[in-house]
Amino acid sequence: MQFPDTLISARDAIRSKAVSAVELTRHVMDRIAAIEPTIRAYNSVHAELALEQAAGVDAGERGGELAGVPIALKDNLCTSFGTTTCSSKMLANFRAPYDATVVKRLAAAGAVFTGKTNLDEFAMGSSTENSAFHTTRNPWDTDRVPGGSSGGSAAALAAGLCVASIGSDTGGSIRQPAALCGLVGIKPTYGRVSRYGLVAFASSLDQIGPFGHTVADAALLLNVMAGHDRKDSTSVPGEAPDHLAELERPIDKLRIGIAREFDLPNGMDPEVKASFNAAVAQYRAMGAELVDVSLPHTEYGIAAYYVIAPCEASSNLARYDGVHFGHRTREPVKDVIELFSRSRSEGFGEEVQRRIMIGAYALSSGYYDAFYVSALKVRALIKRDFDEAFKRCDVILSPTSPTPAFKIGEKTGDPMQMYLCDVFTVTCNIAGIPGISLPCGFTTGDKPLPIGLQLLGPAFGEPKLLRAARMYEAATEWSARRPSV
Amino acid sequence: MSAPRKLSLDDVRHVARLARLAPDEATLQKLTLQLESILGNVAKISEANTTGVEPLAHAVPLHNVLRDDVVEESLPLEKVLQNAPETDPPFFKVPKILGGDEDSAG
Repeated sequence: MQFPDTLISARDAIRSKAVSAVELTRHVMDRIAAIEPTIRAYNSVHAELALEQAAGVDAGERGGELAGVPIALKDNLCTSFGTTTCSSKMLANFRAPYDATVVKRLAAAGAVFTGKTNLDEFAMGSSTENSAFHTTRNPWDTDRVPGGSSGGSAAALAAGLCVASIGSDTGGSIRQPAALCGLVGIKPTYGRVSRYGLVAFASSLDQIGPFGHTVADAALLLNVMAGHDRKDSTSVPGEAPDHLAELERPIDKLRIGIAREFDLPNGMDPEVKASFNAAVAQYRAMGAELVDVSLPHTEYGIAAYYVIAPCEASSNLARYDGVHFGHRTREPVKDVIELFSRSRSEGFGEEVQRRIMIGAYALSSGYYDAFYVSALKVRALIKRDFDEAFKRCDVILSPTSPTPAFKIGEKTGDPMQMYLCDVFTVTCNIAGIPGISLPCGFTTGDKPLPIGLQLLGPAFGEPKLLRAARMYEAATEWSARRPSV
Repeated sequence: MSAPRKLSLDDVRHVARLARLAPDEATLQKLTLQLESILGNVAKISEANTTGVEPLAHAVPLHNVLRDDVVEESLPLEKVLQNAPETDPPFFKVPKILGGDEDSAG
């Protein structure tokens, strides 16, 4: 039997009873049994729960937009089932007392949860190598990383170990793994999706978003997850738009912004650059107008990000104290401060401690203005750049990542090299705007690697952003390719 | 912040204390070099002309969200305590605090 492997096709097959939800879930669980030992996308697989949820759909007890579709959740989303570990020793046994709002919404729409996926510890990283548990492999070449931090969600979907998945994006953590695994990934506008129940990393930058094989798959998930939530005061009031309604309608006279600052003189892989140029030519062939725009403060993006995000992280992660939840040291301690310090140093991995230290330094007396306040001023300038650019264009195009998937271990020795992976993605979070990555080509060679195209749009401009992405997808074949795992 | 100054082991030890981390000596040495490299790189923000620019903490305009002061359902006690390493319900348990704490600064 040929099983559907996209979200929309799976939903339709279940609706028309061409396949039952239990059959599809069993099929995914069989694939997990066969392939997961190689890919290691999951921290925990919940076969029993998934089959129970699927049976509920088949019995007509559960329904909705996602009825019976197997979906994987990044393991920093709180679920009342199983553990929520953030791929950290700190939370290895943590059982969340409630469901994140997005988890509730997905469940209410009839989704089947396959399990919780691996990530860089507390979502800090670009390769998923910072997981305290295991390394996830890229299904296109298992010697390479899937990207990160939502690498488990991306690898699970690319390998067919779920039909769609959910990630979170603080500086590119959905878009970059989507690019490296040949998927569509959306970072919604800040405030579009409730963050309630997402374990906080950098609260002014974090957003939850979807992975799909197609733009329509991701749009459907965004529809289910988006909207106001009174439990997250930063979620915007009012109804979210229907991102599927006009998805198939091409945009007349689409204005594509090309920012000269995204044309990196060094460090961009030639095949990425060639694929990007071909994508621009494709848009032009479809009648889009190309507009030169300038984002002059892009060069400060990485620097501002690696001040703001660690500052917020050092504050957010102060809650892990070995008292209320999480790891507590077993060593004898002389006082409560030592209890905190030892528990934290034992529970957090290297990268997390490094970022807490950067944040604590940048927020400390004497450095606060020079680092934190300066970074927030640069943030205002970056936002202003985008505001100006979007007066002249509808979307801005760039590669998602300067390189395709890199080898496991290639960048772990030098944190700064790893940070530079985020050069195209961080300014989107800094400015709070939406971004999408979709496949735009493959490298040559015996193990072709996916290349991602990033489209950025103005705040709350998702409907148009997704339509622009869909235009390209409809004209090309990249999204139909699957790795041979 | 023009030229990033060299970090000493003592600087890093101080920040670790502020952050409630307890790196061992080897980690401390490694961290010193890494932080120096990272802080040297992010110091690039000082090159941007930010004269007259207001700092922006949030990209989307936010205002306070208020609600009526009515009691709503809270998590039940056993769920609040279920992940705690040590409890004596309804309390979280910690080591004795008074008397042993010399690190009150920071």
